[in-house]
Amino acid sequence: MATAAARDTAGSQAYDAPAGADDTAGHARAFDAAVAADERIEPRDWMPDAYRATLVRQIAQHAHSEIIGMQPEANWITRAPSLRRKAILMAKVQDEAGHGLYLYSAAETLGASRDELLDKLHSGRQKYSSIFNYPTLTWADVGAIGWLVDGAAITNQVPLCRCSYGPYARAMVRVCKEESFHQRQGYELLLALSKGTPEQHAMAQDAVDRWWWPSLMMFGPPDDESQHSAQSMAWKIKRHSNDELRQRFVDICVPQAESLGLTLPDPDLKWNEERGHHDFGAIDWSEFWDVLKGNGPCNEQRLTRRRQAHEEGAWVREAAAAHAAKHTNGETGAVRA
Amino acid sequence: MTHTDWPLWEVFVRSRRGLSHTHAGSLHAPDAELALRNARDLYTRRGEGVSIWVVPSSAVTASSPDEKDPFFEPAADKPYRHPTFYEIPEGVRHL
Repeated sequence: MATAAARDTAGSQAYDAPAGADDTAGHARAFDAAVAADERIEPRDWMPDAYRATLVRQIAQHAHSEIIGMQPEANWITRAPSLRRKAILMAKVQDEAGHGLYLYSAAETLGASRDELLDKLHSGRQKYSSIFNYPTLTWADVGAIGWLVDGAAITNQVPLCRCSYGPYARAMVRVCKEESFHQRQGYELLLALSKGTPEQHAMAQDAVDRWWWPSLMMFGPPDDESQHSAQSMAWKIKRHSNDELRQRFVDICVPQAESLGLTLPDPDLKWNEERGHHDFGAIDWSEFWDVLKGNGPCNEQRLTRRRQAHEEGAWVREAAAAHAAKHTNGETGAVRA
Repeated sequence: MTHTDWPLWEVFVRSRRGLSHTHAGSLHAPDAELALRNARDLYTRRGEGVSIWVVPSSAVTASSPDEKDPFFEPAADKPYRHPTFYEIPEGVRHL
């Protein structure tokens, strides 16, 4: 029996090496066999260092994206056009915070610490999804984000529910359940605008025109330029390639755009009978790399706001810690069930 | 930047009466009371629970992660503990 660190979803003591165990080759065989058999790897299992590092990088980036992703939409909470829309938007932004927390917990099961992850976000050493470096210029952008950005995220995340790493897969199950509401509220919002006055329709079309290409970039670089893809697929962290998921997303969106009465801003977009998929135009990858490097419209603003929020919340964390210290060994709110 | 190092808590949620509490995930909080509140906000935003337990992660004692752990061996060679071990003539009912 090993004491401490049971932690199914969390724990810094990620792997307790059994006494006298230096059988790396044996461990590696067991790991490969588990992955091949579609079993899940759990926090305290032996795993290759590179597998652990890849997961920490991916999960942290995913968590950061959820947290930073609160900003573009929160921008419109005070100006939502009705109480109904405001309540929906607040619930959605709160969900994004929740998703970030599920993911940070999953990253912690691999030995990363929460503070360290936040430090890396704040200092720019870890990335978040480039999509959140675009501004939300009009109310219609809230709809376009729900439909396209959350739609692309769902297309990415559904296969991650079967990721080989247990805690990440479980976090994704929870996220996907909640994400469906996000996409539908966005679609409904855009539909209302599309069917509204000519000005409202134009506003919806303008938002879709601006968000379409960045949404396609969310799937990452083309397969032949994606540096981590092959290994991630071998480890069954990823189940489908970037281009495969991007194609799936385009095929899903085309009829949805028709039902909205809006067009997608791509003159080359057309059904290809032979392939059974839509062909679409070339993506401007120079824009993607440029935004990734920090030159997007809002990179600076997003990070500054994030650091500011963290610093301004310091007194709350300090007060809670002081309160906890004062009441150590005292009464708590918990009651035995 | 201030670092907090709040302890980690494991969260267990009873989805409805009649079911047991099930592990939902984990979170950081300075004390049990805030852990409960955070757990409510994080894991029951859509009515997923009627009761929550929070347990300091450090209080959990676990068996070894190795599936071939001899700890579980006593159960491996006793198929006669399962009803399917026994052959019953066809037609015998309610057995």
